[in-house]
Amino acid sequence: MNFKLKDIVPQLITVIAVVLIFGFFTYNAQINMENRGIDFGYGFLSQESSFDVQFSLIEYDGSHSYFRAYLVGLLNTILVSVIGIIIATILGVVVGVARLSPNYLINKFAAFYVEFFRNIPLLLQIFFWYFAALRALPLPQDAEAMFGVFFLTIKGLYVPAFIWENFNIFFYSIVAAIIAIILIRAHAKKVQANQGKQIPVFLISLGLIFALPILSFLIGGVRLSFEIPVLKQLATTSFIYEGGVSLPPELIALTLSLSLYTATFIAECVRAGIQGVGKGQKEAAASIGLTPNQVLKLVIMPQALRIIIPPTTNQYLNLTKNSSLAAAIAYPDLVLVFAGTALMQTGKAIEIVSITMFTYLTLSISISILMNWYNKRIAIQEK
Amino acid sequence: MFKYLKQLTSLVAMVAVLFTFTTESMAAKKSKTLKNTQKKGFVRCGVSQGLPGFSNADAAGNWTGVDVDVCRAVAAAVLGDANKVKFTPLSAKERFTALTSGEIDILSRNTTWTLSRDADIGLTFVGVNFYDGQGFMVRKSSGITSTSQFKNGISACTNIGTTTELNMRDFFNSKGISYEPVAFEKADEVVAAYDAGRCDTYTTDKSGLAAQRTKMKNPDEHIVLPETISKEPLGPVVRQGDAVWEDIVRWSLNTMIEAEEYGITSANADSMKTSDNPAIKRLVGAEGELGAAFGLDNDWSLRIIKQVGNYGESYKRNIADTGILPDRGPNQLWTKGGILYVPPAR
Repeated sequence: MNFKLKDIVPQLITVIAVVLIFGFFTYNAQINMENRGIDFGYGFLSQESSFDVQFSLIEYDGSHSYFRAYLVGLLNTILVSVIGIIIATILGVVVGVARLSPNYLINKFAAFYVEFFRNIPLLLQIFFWYFAALRALPLPQDAEAMFGVFFLTIKGLYVPAFIWENFNIFFYSIVAAIIAIILIRAHAKKVQANQGKQIPVFLISLGLIFALPILSFLIGGVRLSFEIPVLKQLATTSFIYEGGVSLPPELIALTLSLSLYTATFIAECVRAGIQGVGKGQKEAAASIGLTPNQVLKLVIMPQALRIIIPPTTNQYLNLTKNSSLAAAIAYPDLVLVFAGTALMQTGKAIEIVSITMFTYLTLSISISILMNWYNKRIAIQEK
Repeated sequence: MFKYLKQLTSLVAMVAVLFTFTTESMAAKKSKTLKNTQKKGFVRCGVSQGLPGFSNADAAGNWTGVDVDVCRAVAAAVLGDANKVKFTPLSAKERFTALTSGEIDILSRNTTWTLSRDADIGLTFVGVNFYDGQGFMVRKSSGITSTSQFKNGISACTNIGTTTELNMRDFFNSKGISYEPVAFEKADEVVAAYDAGRCDTYTTDKSGLAAQRTKMKNPDEHIVLPETISKEPLGPVVRQGDAVWEDIVRWSLNTMIEAEEYGITSANADSMKTSDNPAIKRLVGAEGELGAAFGLDNDWSLRIIKQVGNYGESYKRNIADTGILPDRGPNQLWTKGGILYVPPAR
């Protein structure tokens, strides 16, 4: 045996110390809970929750279990995070590129946007969008229709609902289009490698993704009709819209504030990424005859992305965790529904807070794994 | 023989020490909370984040309200000064955790006494200082004058983490009305959202509705509907497991109510010492040894009455004179047609 004792001992001591500290806290909590007559257990998850939630992606009411209420909150958190990440990314890339624009007005406007929104606390922005901007919205009966079918009111955004016939055929046509695009791309790559010929993949893809679904309407028997929201009177001065889909103002305010806030940070990541690619790279690419588009796509972006992705991952994580501020404006996310109402009704503080923490941990780690995988894919492949 | 003298003396000393401790005060020794409170010099009291009439802070940070007065009464009883209270504003969601974790020692925050709260989560309710029920507020202009006019699709603003959420569901379900619950963490946000027109109705305890109405932009534009959909006995809560502390809080509240019953006020308490009625004399500490049971002196109840006043004075000062609920309704003494009835202090 050749291991050195002095290498093992410190590690062993550390492990023992960590175990002891955790053990002490667990024991302490147990004793204190016992003294105060508080039971510990996860059995409550299957009990009837007996409270309703304003907005849910799955079927839920108070007759369902606490576990179902947990799922409702989790899905709402994921919903607002995913929408927020998509909008923040698009906006962040646009603003980041705009900050490098030679156009003075665009450049300064982008800079102003970044400095303004990233320097105001997020909670304040959420309150602003919810309370200040919401108050300015009209009551349902005063709302003007946008394009004749959208109604933006203080009680939410009402949009027409899609009513499909033969939706599955429409869906298959899109899947077919995507598969065709992937095949064509592979083929184009091969052709370019073998014969040096360029195939306009982008235009063909665009055509496919529109043509196939349209064909499904023409010959596949797919029908689409809309259910337009209709004003309904509840009392002399209280109205709502019926039919269609309603998006609660809480969701809109939260998504808006989260994406506007996070987009500023992503914009800075994008700017840093593009500026981090040496000027010589661009000039060298241009000198071998690549078009400006190809320079961006084949030379600048692959290198810039390596700089952009890791800090942007952080921003995605921040956005997901910041979505827990939803509790302030009544958006029923995981914290409001589960760590709020459910915790109050059951009194199972330790159980519920630990489940909630574990859930956020899982969400964040999933995002990290996904982004790290993508980062690895675009990283320099050492040969 | 002298060999054991040393051991013997230490044994005697130990017994003596034990004896002095036991005679000092059984109650104070048994109640960790009482001992800690006396050591710290203030009562740690959890209150609301601002509910006029119950617990509300003015611009200078002075707390007033009937819930606040319960904590002040306890401070007067155990520390001799009603002002020695440290108030911690808590949201509905935070309140029980703050109490069970030991951050506060009394929770006096318009909290409904229910079976599951009392039995399940390490709390003990010590009494009722306000009998309430859940109601609905609507805009006058809506033309709604009764809950029977509610229709499918109505949106209702409320607080999370309260019995309100559960009662609301029971109510709308039993009526077969579909509704949209919009639940906020803080009362101020509920009011702001309802006031802005986000919801058609605002539901919480009726006392809360009356109090919050005073905070609206135009209080006259809103009415509280006559129906009461639940029983909401509100009262102070303590941690489970400290029976002496529990008794102190319970009897501090009872003292205020019984003092009103016997007509003892903050103004006449001292002169009542010479009363002919033994029940009155017991309440002002002129007869009996009631305080000893808690490890307190005999003037504990007199201090409550002198410094905080009786229940009627507290109600008048905080709820009636502020225009929140001038009519005492069920919160009247049993001798005057209400349901306030406390066990006798003897």
